[in-house]
Amino acid sequence: MEGSVNQTISRRSFLKGSLAAAAGVAASGVPGVKTAIGSDGSGQLATLIDIRKCIGCEACVEACKDANSHKYPEPKKPFPKMYPSRVKVSDWSEKRTETERLTPYNWLFIQRATVSVDGKETELTIPRRCMHCVNPPCVKLCPWGAAKQMDNGISKIDADICLGGSKCKDVCPWDIPQRQTGVGLYLKLMPSLAGNGVMYKCDRCYDRLALGETPACIEICPEQVQTIGPREEIIARAHDLARETNGYIYGETENGGTNTLYVSPVPFEELNQAIAQGDGKPHLEPVPDAMAEANNLTAAMLIAPFAGVAAAAFKLMKSTTKQE
Amino acid sequence: MTLARTREADKGKARPSRRVAYLYIPTLFVLALTGFGQMPIYNRYYLSDIPGLGWLADYYVTRNIHYIAAAVLLGLIFYGLFDFLFSQRRRLRLTKSGALRGALLAGIGVSGGLIVVKNFPHVYFSDSLIIGLDIFHIAAGMAFLLTNLVCLLGKMRWTVAR
Repeated sequence: MEGSVNQTISRRSFLKGSLAAAAGVAASGVPGVKTAIGSDGSGQLATLIDIRKCIGCEACVEACKDANSHKYPEPKKPFPKMYPSRVKVSDWSEKRTETERLTPYNWLFIQRATVSVDGKETELTIPRRCMHCVNPPCVKLCPWGAAKQMDNGISKIDADICLGGSKCKDVCPWDIPQRQTGVGLYLKLMPSLAGNGVMYKCDRCYDRLALGETPACIEICPEQVQTIGPREEIIARAHDLARETNGYIYGETENGGTNTLYVSPVPFEELNQAIAQGDGKPHLEPVPDAMAEANNLTAAMLIAPFAGVAAAAFKLMKSTTKQE
Repeated sequence: MTLARTREADKGKARPSRRVAYLYIPTLFVLALTGFGQMPIYNRYYLSDIPGLGWLADYYVTRNIHYIAAAVLLGLIFYGLFDFLFSQRRRLRLTKSGALRGALLAGIGVSGGLIVVKNFPHVYFSDSLIIGLDIFHIAAGMAFLLTNLVCLLGKMRWTVAR
């Protein structure tokens, strides 16, 4: 039983694709702009997580910490007094060993769910981290350009530029990025009035990938729970696996598509009900495409100039007729 | 644009395009309000706590409204431009402040358009271009608002009679 995937092209998706293509072509002449238009996310790397295989040993969690510890924040204390008083300090520097949730010092954790698999009560363990969306709201809506998406689909936050406003977390459907106060550029600007540190999350070991290595969590896993590859290949593998195991897929269509696909032996609604959720503990709910609504409104922007010219032409015609 | 009144209009010989002005001014207000709402400030500074303004803290809502208002402004810009070029140019000429506002508006429009394109899937802008666009868009927006304020106080118009 595969997760339901609508393969037919609706009028809406056709229009959406056309708009994206038109917009991309229009901008492609601008220096610094690269477009790779394709509904399949071609060019992006994705990972497949086979939940059945995960034994919850947390080797991936430790490997992630080892590989990325040089990127972790070293905040300066005492923190600047922030105004107004509702702006709270977010300090994880004394809790660096926390592994039960996402923190600025823990970009991957194991979520546990006790569910019934083939009539047998089973504890499933699920590695959770950034989903690396195909069109990531954290990147696209960052007001400052601190969050970036690489050509290979990795989204990452530039700790040198981030001001810690936490917008990326607010717009992330899974609330993934985590803030550490007392570090980053805001300290050099107006630390009391704007910003609050730096946001941190999984960058899928972009630096290791650049060297031709695999992300630490994938390399270390004794059960080979994760595989990485071009998104279209990973999607095909996920479908094959789901077919073979009567499994369910999560992440293929969530938020318009992500580059992290989970395959589970039980429906994700069940998993979602069984996992502990809260700050730093993301859900497994269905997620609509957060960026789609506004992107669809682009059609109005394309029509508006024509409407304006038409209205002016109508006015001109009217006044000409009147004069005659 | 022919939003401002002409000297003739001041003398009561011609009516200003009030309908356009009625749409233009609120559109600018909404664009400024929702534009600033793309930064995490309304919640921090209690503005979204004001009854009825809770939506200001929702980035998706403010973004959608910003897009709609931008479409309205684009329509008005093209209306004004076409009207000026083909209907009013013999009578009116663009003032220096009008040219400055027009240039700023063009800059806002082009940078905004590129930001809209960036938000589509599979469109990758270089880091420096994204940062440059973000800073330019907000700086040009603020300069435009400030210029409008100065023009309003100094009674400077977009166009004057030739």
